[in-house]
Amino acid sequence: MKLRKMNAAIGGTILGAIALAAGIGLFWTPFDPVTLGYAKRLAAPDAVHWLGTDEFGRDVLSRLMTAAATSARISVLTVATAVLLGTLVGVLSGYLRGWTDRVLMAFNDALLAFPGILLALGFLAVAGANEYGIVVALGIAYAPSVARIVRGTVMSLREMDYIAASRLMGNSEFFIVWRHVLPNCVAPLVVLATSMFGWALLAESALSFLGLGVPPPAPTWGNMLAGSRPFIAKAVWLAIFPGACISLTLLGINLLGDALRDRLDPRMRNT
Amino acid sequence: MLRFVVRRLLAAAPTLFISGAAVFFLIRLIPGDPAALLLGDQADAASLADLHRRLGLDQGLPTQFSLWFQRMLHGDLGQSIRTGEPVLSLVIDHFVVSARIVFVAVALAAAIAVPAGMLAAWRQNGKLDIGLVSAATVLLSIPSFWLGLMLLYLFGLELGWLPVIGYVDFSEDPVAALTYMVLPVATLVLHETGILIRMARASTLEVLRLDYITYARSKGLSEGAVLWRHAFRNAFGPTWTLIGLVLGNLLGGIAVVETVFTIPGLGRLLVDSIFGRDYPVIQGCLLFVAFVYVLINLVVDLLYPLFDPRVAEA
Repeated sequence: MKLRKMNAAIGGTILGAIALAAGIGLFWTPFDPVTLGYAKRLAAPDAVHWLGTDEFGRDVLSRLMTAAATSARISVLTVATAVLLGTLVGVLSGYLRGWTDRVLMAFNDALLAFPGILLALGFLAVAGANEYGIVVALGIAYAPSVARIVRGTVMSLREMDYIAASRLMGNSEFFIVWRHVLPNCVAPLVVLATSMFGWALLAESALSFLGLGVPPPAPTWGNMLAGSRPFIAKAVWLAIFPGACISLTLLGINLLGDALRDRLDPRMRNT
Repeated sequence: MLRFVVRRLLAAAPTLFISGAAVFFLIRLIPGDPAALLLGDQADAASLADLHRRLGLDQGLPTQFSLWFQRMLHGDLGQSIRTGEPVLSLVIDHFVVSARIVFVAVALAAAIAVPAGMLAAWRQNGKLDIGLVSAATVLLSIPSFWLGLMLLYLFGLELGWLPVIGYVDFSEDPVAALTYMVLPVATLVLHETGILIRMARASTLEVLRLDYITYARSKGLSEGAVLWRHAFRNAFGPTWTLIGLVLGNLLGGIAVVETVFTIPGLGRLLVDSIFGRDYPVIQGCLLFVAFVYVLINLVVDLLYPLFDPRVAEA
């Protein structure tokens, strides 16, 4: 009991701190994140450049702050895409049943039985590497998990008496779904969306690390890490800080996600 | 049992079919002539016309798809634009490199994580449990490519114990091959252990609450016997399924680790082909990984009844 609260507190603090840094980074960074400064290349962390500079003399802290906002934006958009798409499919499937359900779920399960990152790689091979390519690719890859959960919830809800009562009152099917069905899907979706935010962040970093994500010079944690590889012997801080940012954020999400699951998902209580 | 096997085989078919169709349409989503894309810039008019005919590009999409599907079934995945090699042998050569690392890593990770997860569940909320769960949560939060870079820096550059980058094949020099495998395997083991411990713990906890465990204890069995004979076999199922998923996901996601350690595996081949617009190889890699992924999950499911016969009867 106490442990769960502590986990939530630690996770929340980490995420809050990173969100704050990202928020500040939108308006102000200590140095310009993309301006080249040849005078001070590969400088170790010191009083001026707290986290050092990279091979082009750009301030690492400033770039990390800018990158945080980029990663957060991509992850939020990805999760939003997946939730919208998955909810649509899940509601249609679970509410209409019959052939609609069978066909949609056949596609859904085929997609679900496929590694998301591979789907994204295939999509990016066609669409080319850019921010919105990632959002669409990962959004499609994660939507089937959402659809599964929503479908399950909707299927159990549609047999409820209050749905029948609402129908007898003459409410339209659309109103019933909007007013009575969707609100009940929120709790399980919050739990899933939290983990998905982590998956999206990790996948985006991995794709950027491979050079298939957000193209430079715009910084992301993944492409900063990729850029650090040739200099790892001379300037290890270039590799340490972006990776630490990704790990800390994921840790925060995992801790918070566990706490949320314990709270919102009664089946997982006490495990 | 036979019905279980047949049903499971039938369930795998749509997944393969849909991934096949997705890969087929992939190349047709790109603006331009698919034959020209598949042959690259250097193609002459004659071979272009020949491929046009073989792909059935002068006919409708359904004909094109059935032609394509027949070629897939015969293992004809075309030739690489960049090297001219047949795609299938290229993909298999690179797959062997990745598979060796992935299978060793997942086997080690499972051997560590399953007992550790059971111990954690057995001592639920004790110091050991909290320690193991915290360690697992931290491990699974560290992306494998960063962990790999840090291990490479520490053991390869600072301490100089292990070779930093590259790959030596077993047939050339088995000892060197092993030393080159240590860091990539360690990277994957650490990461996957974090995922598997949590699953092993959660499923053991579910089982430890059941009546027959209380019964086994009350008839005086030692804790070791309770855990091993009664809890393990029933709790291992979900972890076993997850091991299959982890294996499949690694084959798709190993590109980052291969990039860190410059290993010529399947993930690297796919990424390089994306950069080089080598569409036949991209198609081949995607299809092959989808095939292996389905196959692994199939084998995992078919072996499931070995330790939990209830599944086959259901």
